[in-house]
Amino acid sequence: MTTAPIHPISETSVGFGSRVHSWVISVDHKKLGMMYIGAGLIFFMLGGIEATLMRLQLMKPLNDMLTPHGFNQMFTMHGTTMVFLVGMPVLLGFGNYLIPLMIGARDMAFPRLNAFGLWLFIFGGLLLYYSFIGGDGLYGMGGAPDVGWFAYSPLTSKAFSVGHATDYWILGIMVSGFGSMTTAINFMATILCMRCPGMTFMRMPLFVWLMFTVGILVLLALPVLTGAQVMLLFDRFLGAHFFDPQQQGSVIFWQHLFWFFGHPEVYILILPAFGMICEIIPVFSRKVIFGYPLMVAATLSIAFISLGVWVHHMFSVGLPPWLNSIFAASTFLIAVPTGMKMFNWIGTMWGGNIRFTVSMMFATGFLVMFLFGGLTGIMLAVVPFDWQLSDSYFVVGHFHYVLFGGTMLAVFSAVFYWFPKATGRLLSEPMGKWTFWMFMIGLTLTFFPMHLSGVLGMPRRVYTYQPGRGFELWNLISSSGVPFQIVGVLLLVTNIIKSLINGRVAGPDPWDAWTLEWATSSPPPSENFPKIPTCTSPRPLWDRKHPEDPDCFYE
Amino acid sequence: MACLIFAECWFFAGFIVAYLFYIGKSSSGPLPREVIDIKPVLVNSAALIASSFTVIAALRGLARSHMGSFRFWMALTIVLGSYFIYGTAMEWRGFIVDHHLTISTNLFGTTYYSLVGFHAFHVIVGLCLLTTILVLSLMGHIHVVRDHLRVELVSWYWHFVDAVWIVVFTTVYIVGMRP
Repeated sequence: MTTAPIHPISETSVGFGSRVHSWVISVDHKKLGMMYIGAGLIFFMLGGIEATLMRLQLMKPLNDMLTPHGFNQMFTMHGTTMVFLVGMPVLLGFGNYLIPLMIGARDMAFPRLNAFGLWLFIFGGLLLYYSFIGGDGLYGMGGAPDVGWFAYSPLTSKAFSVGHATDYWILGIMVSGFGSMTTAINFMATILCMRCPGMTFMRMPLFVWLMFTVGILVLLALPVLTGAQVMLLFDRFLGAHFFDPQQQGSVIFWQHLFWFFGHPEVYILILPAFGMICEIIPVFSRKVIFGYPLMVAATLSIAFISLGVWVHHMFSVGLPPWLNSIFAASTFLIAVPTGMKMFNWIGTMWGGNIRFTVSMMFATGFLVMFLFGGLTGIMLAVVPFDWQLSDSYFVVGHFHYVLFGGTMLAVFSAVFYWFPKATGRLLSEPMGKWTFWMFMIGLTLTFFPMHLSGVLGMPRRVYTYQPGRGFELWNLISSSGVPFQIVGVLLLVTNIIKSLINGRVAGPDPWDAWTLEWATSSPPPSENFPKIPTCTSPRPLWDRKHPEDPDCFYE
Repeated sequence: MACLIFAECWFFAGFIVAYLFYIGKSSSGPLPREVIDIKPVLVNSAALIASSFTVIAALRGLARSHMGSFRFWMALTIVLGSYFIYGTAMEWRGFIVDHHLTISTNLFGTTYYSLVGFHAFHVIVGLCLLTTILVLSLMGHIHVVRDHLRVELVSWYWHFVDAVWIVVFTTVYIVGMRP
């Protein structure tokens, strides 16, 4: 049974209002997944506007385009948006869309809980953005949070953050966080209980393994953040003293709680990207992923070790040297399984018959950019080096390479790869290639010089800088990368809209891939599969296409 | 439910760590050994722990389709849980009225009220769930085959609340009384 490709305009038999209504009340994981990704990409553009304003302000020294307070709101909202309203929803959205299809199930374990999670995320985001016009900030000029995305104490105490900006930060993220937790519960239940017959854990697609690991991390880390935020609310509204130094509370305690959440959080942001790459690179190298069991072991190791590295965000805070050393050691340790994954991806491509579709180009770009970001991360794990460069632009360069060059490039790769499945239409490859190069040039121009200005001493979160410090050239180059990224985003959006209208029809399996989502039509019917499939190996579709040479012979 | 319990454990972990970290660090105000009277708390704890056993008995009644037994043990669970809340409220009343200890008094007040308070909140949520089941059962809407697993999952939540209390009790009334 096939279904026609999605067309946004032609279905005149059903009114626009009732089509919107069917999406709003939907509990279908496919629609919810697409709404997660769509809303996440809209927040991506809002976060991009905030970044653009910052780069315009920093283009030249002693610029006065933004006030200091305005700039503080920009970097806080940019970071908060990108982590909580772009990264998590887009990645969880891909998980939502793909997990049931990849394991041969008809939907998630708890479809209504799924919808609840989506709307919590959307309304949490709207609550956070309402802060721009609601409440009254410190100077009554708009009350968006201005305390940095990690909201350190004692800046966030009632004494130093007088208006409601911090409260918007707390509540917006708390609401969104509940949405993430319900989604994680759904992922765990679905993956544990609804795999199709024959699909053992070691026959699951690696993307599913990685989302399973992400589910565990979300359930572990987000409640700690919620607890810390509740403690902050108690401090701000009930006069509690969790982070109040005047009553022997500890401001460092906030940092410990936040980063105990925060470090697993960044692994939550990268592991799904790893999962996407694990699916895409083999297909476009025409080779099985190198070392599947070791990839699973590496994933679980990364998740486990990530619970024990959080102090590396606090090296310059004044903790005793023995403590810093332990966490430096664990941070070095986590590089080992990550490196294993890098080598396995390269090993998959090595000797393969590589097809550089746009998706594969983005995936290869991911390998390069994530490698750079990972290397600067290891540099920062060296405590004395970190003492020099903590809170400098070097760190900003590091995490943008891993989060933008890493996670987002993997997301773009995934968009080009799975868009045909979701909509029945292929994205334009020529436009995609332009998009890819715009991003590679833009990301390098913007984020590479940050390592240099960081080493020269430029601190983070400063709304301007003095001339004559050597920062001007690097800041100018960084800002010059922004137009390329804007063009890249516009090309991507245009590509999506044009392809929805009259892109080439994709068919069920345009890439000759091997996992179960390609075994049904594009877009899939609402029940996903006419008949629940059975699974005989990690590549069930390969087994069906090549019955004379199935993978189960090699298990 | 297992995943929810896992997540809730980590939520409580933050408050337990806060309590342990801040033991003995209050610079003024009432101290634990000045205000805590352990005897009513022991009675309270006994009630809550007993309620875990009564909910097990309720489930056994449900499994055997003895709806009368099921309702009786459910009601008893709710009574014991409600007594726990009443006992906590009495303890708090004593702290506030007699010793002027509130969440804003000192670190002991801050960490005590947030930890015990969040636990009590989870007990109240559990009581709402149990009461809903009891009322549905009285209205004839609980069917053994269809609903046994659902009621069992709620009983898991109730056992979790009880287990958290054992940890909270040890933290506040045993470890916290040392300095």
